[in-house]
Amino acid sequence: MSKHPTIAEHLAASGVSRRSFLQLCGTLLATAPVGLALTGKKSVLQIANAIGKTKRPSVIWLHFQDCTGCTETLLRTSAPDVAHLILDVISLDYHETLMAASGAQAEAALRSAMAENAGKYVLVVEGAIPTRDEGIYMQMGGRPALQVVREVAAQAAAVIAMGSCASWGGIPSADPNPTGAVGVDSIISGKPIVNLPGCPPNPYNLLAVVLEYVTMGKLPALDEYNRPKFAYERVIHENCPRRAHFDAGRFAMSFGDEGHRKGWCLYKLGCKGPVTHAACSTRHFNEIPGVWPIGIGAPCVGCTEKGVVWRMSTLETVPIHLATPPDTYPPIYSSAGKLKVGAATLVGAIAGAVGGATWVASQRFQSSQEAGIARVTADRAHAEKLKLSAEKQVPKKED
Amino acid sequence: MAITRRALFTTIAKAGVPAAVALTVAPKALQAEEVPLPSAAVGLLYDASVCIGCKACEAACAEANNTPEDISGDNLHQAPTDLNELTRNIIKLYKPEDGSPYSFVKRQCMQCLDPACAAGCPFQALHKDPQTGIVSWTADKCIGCRYCTITCPYHIPRFQWQGYNPRVTKCELCSDRLERGLKPGCTTVCPTGAVIFGPRTALLAEAKQRIKNHPGRYYQERVYGEKDNGGTQALYLSRVPFEKLGLPELGSESVPARTLRWQRRLYQYFALPALLYVGLVQVIRTSLGKHEEEAHEREKETGLRAQL
Repeated sequence: MSKHPTIAEHLAASGVSRRSFLQLCGTLLATAPVGLALTGKKSVLQIANAIGKTKRPSVIWLHFQDCTGCTETLLRTSAPDVAHLILDVISLDYHETLMAASGAQAEAALRSAMAENAGKYVLVVEGAIPTRDEGIYMQMGGRPALQVVREVAAQAAAVIAMGSCASWGGIPSADPNPTGAVGVDSIISGKPIVNLPGCPPNPYNLLAVVLEYVTMGKLPALDEYNRPKFAYERVIHENCPRRAHFDAGRFAMSFGDEGHRKGWCLYKLGCKGPVTHAACSTRHFNEIPGVWPIGIGAPCVGCTEKGVVWRMSTLETVPIHLATPPDTYPPIYSSAGKLKVGAATLVGAIAGAVGGATWVASQRFQSSQEAGIARVTADRAHAEKLKLSAEKQVPKKED
Repeated sequence: MAITRRALFTTIAKAGVPAAVALTVAPKALQAEEVPLPSAAVGLLYDASVCIGCKACEAACAEANNTPEDISGDNLHQAPTDLNELTRNIIKLYKPEDGSPYSFVKRQCMQCLDPACAAGCPFQALHKDPQTGIVSWTADKCIGCRYCTITCPYHIPRFQWQGYNPRVTKCELCSDRLERGLKPGCTTVCPTGAVIFGPRTALLAEAKQRIKNHPGRYYQERVYGEKDNGGTQALYLSRVPFEKLGLPELGSESVPARTLRWQRRLYQYFALPALLYVGLVQVIRTSLGKHEEEAHEREKETGLRAQL
């Protein structure tokens, strides 16, 4: 085996079955379905082949102000194989929680990993970085965290911020933020940075981003906050399994009430789903369907959103608004059609014809005065005639 | 014909009487009367600024009224383009072309304090409940004249054009549900509290409180329906002008009150009808006289007696 084996070679050497690897690829296909060139492949086998041919990406994982929850979510997958597989697919060269070394040995491991894959490794950051007072609130090997992240990122090919803390500060940055905690993208510039906010984020998001990067050589499409669109484009509310209850107006009004037990919408309990961009509603945790906050009856806290979690109160309801409403609503005044030129002309022509005909006809009738005179004249003529005939008849009798 | 002094005075007197009557009647006619509020008036308060257009109230309305599915909108399920015989409650959208703020609006019966539909109905098929103030329709009394659909300034009552025994439908504030101690269907499901049910006095206080709490948010800082059209039991708050939402500016006097006021004044002391009668008699007398003159002249000429 070469010094930098491909993923397929490494898996074969470490005893991972082909079947398990294909299962992982299948899960990847199902969980990161849109927006990735990698999962645009037609079949699981093609994905497996594409991944298998790739050299194992070297990953350096740094912890700062964090709770290690993001690492835990990676390790606490329901099938024991998955974490193992993820760790075998990537070459995790430095990870403080998982490595056996400590102290000077660990420092040496970091340096050697950086030197071996300079410019090629992927840096995964977990946790926020304190910046106040020149970063003295967190020391690693005697150096401030601020200095460490700058050094390691300088030689990285890409930086992935794992979790909300690394993405925008997370809980250490909550008011009053005593350490001046910030996310990675506030410190590092000039490197491709992918934010995977979430507390914790779904580990498949990380896996998909890393594999997309090493097999296709490019990062997935990102949104304005550098979050990959395949996972963060839509709000939870859009695909929430409880959405039908929202639409029908069925809400749990308090924890443990009838509605809550029946699985109704948690909006009125402060669910932040309508403003939270994350794929939780379609990609559940630990590969168990229904395992995610709303799925187990806990309102979404909006952990992926900088402006929501730890800035809004838990039971506060969020505004539900769309930037532009769809046009599927009826307008205020339902359209009765517009008057067209042709129709107006036709109606005008008919009205004109009727009016003209009426006028012409009226001219042909005599006025009452004329009619009276005509009648009187006729009567007179008739009277004259009668008079004449009477005069004619009388002399005949005399004869 | 030369104008004699006598004729001139007669003409002036004839023209002066209606003018004097009009001058005495008109000022009285301009005074509006207050419409009394029913003792237990209930109503709706709809706040367009918090409505999200989810149409849950539409679905709940159909369910509460047990109406069959409405496919009048392009054969789409429950997507009508306007109120109709199956849809008593509808969410409409005001979306200006220029991109200025849009607004949804919920349209249903306003439950006017002085309903024009009831005033227009010749048989009291539409009737305002003296206690709750709910305007409802009675099938037994309806003759299908559709005056109610024409007189309503909000164009709410709808006639069942396709029916063999057609009905007039309008929101009756789920009066059957109220009797069972339930709220109207539309108010039970709103996720944002855009439409709420309650006694009208309480709703009006709530609306005024909202205006007070959010200065500058609501159009004209006023509640539509407090005074409009003599007052309605469905009250509206909005960010955009009410006319844009299909709620016309009708003034504080109700439509039937205005009609009734003018009608009363026209018949006061029977002055105008009497005047009209006198005028008509005068016209008939004048023309009859002329006609007789003509007939006599013709008789002289022809020797024939004209038949009058």
